[in-house]
Amino acid sequence: MQIFAFYLFAAIVLASGAFCIFARNPVHSVLWLILAFFNAAGLMVLVGAEFIAALLVIVYVGAVAVLFLFVVMMLDIDFAELRAGFMKNLPLGLLLALVLVVEIIFGVGAWQSSGMGEATAAVGPPAGAPSNIEQLGALLYTKYVFLFEAAGMILLVAMVGAIVLTHRARGGVRRQNIADQVARRPEDSTRNTQPEVGKGVEL
Amino acid sequence: MIGIEHYLVVSSILFVMGMLGIFLNRKNIIIILMAIELILLAVNLNFVAFSAFIGDMTGQVFAMFILTVAAGEAAIGLAILVIYFRQRGTIAVDDVNRMKG
Repeated sequence: MQIFAFYLFAAIVLASGAFCIFARNPVHSVLWLILAFFNAAGLMVLVGAEFIAALLVIVYVGAVAVLFLFVVMMLDIDFAELRAGFMKNLPLGLLLALVLVVEIIFGVGAWQSSGMGEATAAVGPPAGAPSNIEQLGALLYTKYVFLFEAAGMILLVAMVGAIVLTHRARGGVRRQNIADQVARRPEDSTRNTQPEVGKGVEL
Repeated sequence: MIGIEHYLVVSSILFVMGMLGIFLNRKNIIIILMAIELILLAVNLNFVAFSAFIGDMTGQVFAMFILTVAAGEAAIGLAILVIYFRQRGTIAVDDVNRMKG
């Protein structure tokens, strides 16, 4: 059952990764990317990393992929023009990718058969061990607490940066300026006049 | 029985696929950003697989930090993309010379 699930998830994650980079329409690309993330989360569940899998679904599918979808649909881009050169690059690119993947797989095989991979034995937590999220929390809030704070800082800086980059001050709108409102004094806005009888007040 | 080498092969194929995506879609920066996400996903898969098979939780902590950085990178990258599109009306990145870098 585990083997079947692994091959199912692995096949779908690789297929949807391929469709993601080969799709003509970027909206389809984003949707294939979402499918790839879901199946990668499935792969992570299979080895007992439930929390990372949940984070992958929440952060990537819930935030990053939706952000991609939003940007792709918001900008009016001529995608056909951008695909020029795709076919020209295809043979060389496929060749390079094939060479690289064969090299990496050979590397993995050599590492495995050299005996250094022997320590990698057990899969799944031993019986009676605390759950994945408890172990992760125990590590995250003790040993790696400063790194955890730094990660929060990175997210804060990214948020501020994204807002600063995309914000633009638009002319022709009447914005509320609270400092001006608070600093307003009666002397600035009212005046006493003595109009003659029968005449109005000039404003 | 599924061993760690299965996971390593899957994540290496995914990694190379992301690189191929960058190579093939050199003009379309949206696909390039998605390909970078694929690469980071492959790296995360590697970290989680090693963490599970060796029995050390540190790999999963590190995968979480990678997730954080990837989220920030996507946000900043898309923000830069939006302002670039506002200025130029296109997102073709092979002639980006605005900053004369």
